[in-house]
Amino acid sequence: MSKLPKPDELLSEVKLHDMPSNHWMDLKPEFKRGRYLYAVEPQVMEDLGRSHLGKWQPHDEKWPLPENWKEIVREAIKKRLERNRAFKLFMDICVRCGACADKCHFFLGTGDPKNMPVLRAELIRSIIKGEFSTFGKLFGRLSGGRPLTEDVIKEWFLYFYQCTECRRCSVFCPYGIDTAEVTIMMREILHELGIALDWAMKPLRNSHFIGNHLGLQPHTIKENIEYLLYDIEQITGVQIEVPINRKGAEILFVTPSADFFADPGIYTFMGYVLLFHHIGFDYTISTYASEGGNFGFFNSLEFAKKLHAKIYEEAKRLKVKWILGGECGHQWRVWHQYHNTFFGPFNYLEVPKSPITGTVFEHAKDNKIVHICEFTADIIAHGKLKLDPSRNDHLVVTFHDSCNTSRAMGIFEEPRFIIKNVCNNFVEMPENTIREKTFCCGSGSGLNADEFMDIRMRGGFPRANAVEYVHKEYGVNTLACICAIDRATLTPLMKYWVPEVAVSGVHELVGNALIMEGEKERTTDLRYRPLKGKEGEV
Amino acid sequence: MNVLFSFIITLVLVLIPVIGVGLLGLYSLFSIVIPYVAFLIFFFGLIYRIIDWARSPQPFKIPTTCGQQKSLPWIKHSRLESPFTMKEVCLRMFFEVFLFRSLFRNLRSDLVGKRLIYGSAKWLWLGAILFHLSFLVIMLRHLRFFTHPVPSLVDIIAKVDGFFHLGIPPIYHTDLFILAGLFLLLLRRLVDSKVKYLSHASDYFPLFLILGIVISGILMRTIFKVDVQAVKELAYGLATFSPVLPSHKIGVLFYIHLFLVSVLAAYFPFSKLVHMVGVFFSPTRNLPNNNRTERHINPWDYPVKYTTYCEWQEKFRDVMEEAGIPIDDEWCKETAEAQKQA
Repeated sequence: MSKLPKPDELLSEVKLHDMPSNHWMDLKPEFKRGRYLYAVEPQVMEDLGRSHLGKWQPHDEKWPLPENWKEIVREAIKKRLERNRAFKLFMDICVRCGACADKCHFFLGTGDPKNMPVLRAELIRSIIKGEFSTFGKLFGRLSGGRPLTEDVIKEWFLYFYQCTECRRCSVFCPYGIDTAEVTIMMREILHELGIALDWAMKPLRNSHFIGNHLGLQPHTIKENIEYLLYDIEQITGVQIEVPINRKGAEILFVTPSADFFADPGIYTFMGYVLLFHHIGFDYTISTYASEGGNFGFFNSLEFAKKLHAKIYEEAKRLKVKWILGGECGHQWRVWHQYHNTFFGPFNYLEVPKSPITGTVFEHAKDNKIVHICEFTADIIAHGKLKLDPSRNDHLVVTFHDSCNTSRAMGIFEEPRFIIKNVCNNFVEMPENTIREKTFCCGSGSGLNADEFMDIRMRGGFPRANAVEYVHKEYGVNTLACICAIDRATLTPLMKYWVPEVAVSGVHELVGNALIMEGEKERTTDLRYRPLKGKEGEV
Repeated sequence: MNVLFSFIITLVLVLIPVIGVGLLGLYSLFSIVIPYVAFLIFFFGLIYRIIDWARSPQPFKIPTTCGQQKSLPWIKHSRLESPFTMKEVCLRMFFEVFLFRSLFRNLRSDLVGKRLIYGSAKWLWLGAILFHLSFLVIMLRHLRFFTHPVPSLVDIIAKVDGFFHLGIPPIYHTDLFILAGLFLLLLRRLVDSKVKYLSHASDYFPLFLILGIVISGILMRTIFKVDVQAVKELAYGLATFSPVLPSHKIGVLFYIHLFLVSVLAAYFPFSKLVHMVGVFFSPTRNLPNNNRTERHINPWDYPVKYTTYCEWQEKFRDVMEEAGIPIDDEWCKETAEAQKQA
């Protein structure tokens, strides 16, 4: 991060209303340090049985594309137009009204016209017109068509990996055109050429062969959990056990693997297991299905399916009744909108019913998966938790709606209900930056690589700017979220833009507030930070 | 360049009937042949597009959720923004198609120093709704030329539309609204630097074309009046598939109007204008957010090879045993047998 300009300087050249004098089709793709992602290591693609371009990097003048690359691209586009109505339709009906233009966080942070969602889609729409349509061939640029060149491929690589599939543009589009759909298709098309990101593919390989994106082997997961349980004992005085791969448990709990391992996700994990212990929950985690998140989804839908197939084999093997999912954004995009289609029907599972409150989760009756916030909100609503919200009094909390849980699921009230019950100080960010209008962390969908920091800080700027506002106005010092990528990426984002604000999961706050049976007097929260009024005792 | 090109094309299109009818007297061509051909293209072109979209499968249920999901009974779910049933989807689509609800959300973002500021931006919505709804009313009003007797609904619409008796002869409100809408949309494309930058010539062309239609239509009613009886004769003949050239001559302005309408009709199915029909197919809007309640089938779904539990266990058997994580050979036997049987 040392090479990054200072926060005051980063955006000095961003002008949202000044456009270049050259037509966008004449702007050559530029590969500047910090603004593009590295190409995948060939071995990764070999291991996964995918084609690749050998050793190369995006900044190479000449890309080692296969000889018949044009043919491959044309075929790949055609196939996807035939098999995906959304893609076809979105290519056909855009009127370029520009409602989406200033809705993208990458546009707001870069001022780059090709980051306007409409132009991002136009990068492929123009090729479909130029290559397949008579009109487009006849009138060329006047009708928005252009020929397929190597520069176009470079451009695709730059801009379809400068979209986090957050769907904010789709909220404002009068036809619901969803750039995420376009980006998903375009990344698949690049994959067919052998073009992929190192940062998005290595976690995928780990997930595929080892079970989670961090590559944590089963014994490592167990050890990590034991460390966390030791911390819990230090802080609360309560001894907890976490069942691993336990057959016959009622519920399989699957969460993003970062929660086992990475700060600040680990505190969220501590919150989960404190809660489960508190309610005497009959559950197990799995070291085989040890990844709730899905790095396949960032690369191709087929990979998405491969990775999460494990969860359902594990549910069958362990003979659980239903599946509970942890706090994660893309995880829940895939779980909520794709799982039932990918892996259903689920007659070996039962309709989820909370063993604590008896609530039947009717809305999940077919897929039999429940979001932990739905689960916890229900328990709190039934008054089954002993809570002391004052243990979060050292925090002034605001809530970041993650893109995917917001715009591809609609879980807005559950996490807020939980936060309001476990914290006394909760403040909302400005209304145009939350709920369905929420801003992405700027690093989602496999873009949170270090080499991309310049763009990440820009893309995260709209979110950070709203946090800065509530920090200055209301003293907010905690940004709560329900997404593992958020926890990983909002942390450096805050460090850069609003260093006074820490990032936390919602269940970390639950863990702080839970009054455990037989606990000792708590003086710190789960991060060993002193509680309000206990500063002297630590 | 884009603007100029579209404008010139429109002018050329205006000149074609001026020469064709005014100079060469090709009445049958311009009153019967071209309109029929244009509407055939419109009709079959649109059907082709519709079938093409309808035939292509939608593999996943991907509504964009703009409001609270239906989950726990005590949480109020947003029926309009996160529809759970088909009825709620229809409601969402109604607001989307007739009132442009998504467009109504539009915001303007400005970067002031190091602060992002958002403001309301309803101009696009206003221009769009003025244009589209006026267009709809004007089309309905035009039914008086194609029907006999004229349905009372058409009469009522015309009466309401002329309620304020502006000018002599009274000009319809929608004529003014559609002009206002079109100018707003055009102005926005020219004034907003972002929209100007991303516009193609094919974005200006329909605006000029429709402006041409509207202006020629208004002029025919107000200044260069044409023989309405003759127009009806022709229109009714066309509509009933027994086309006749009217017994009285109609001014060339009418042929300009008719020709531009024909061009619009023929251009419609192959341009961005198909958004009118396409919006109904939009999977982010026309699908319910009930994925976990009702399974969506992907017609081209195929099985994938993944790392099975047993493959995985074999790889980690040693470390698992050492760490005291249970080994499950029974499952591997079971699955291997099940595979054999299959």
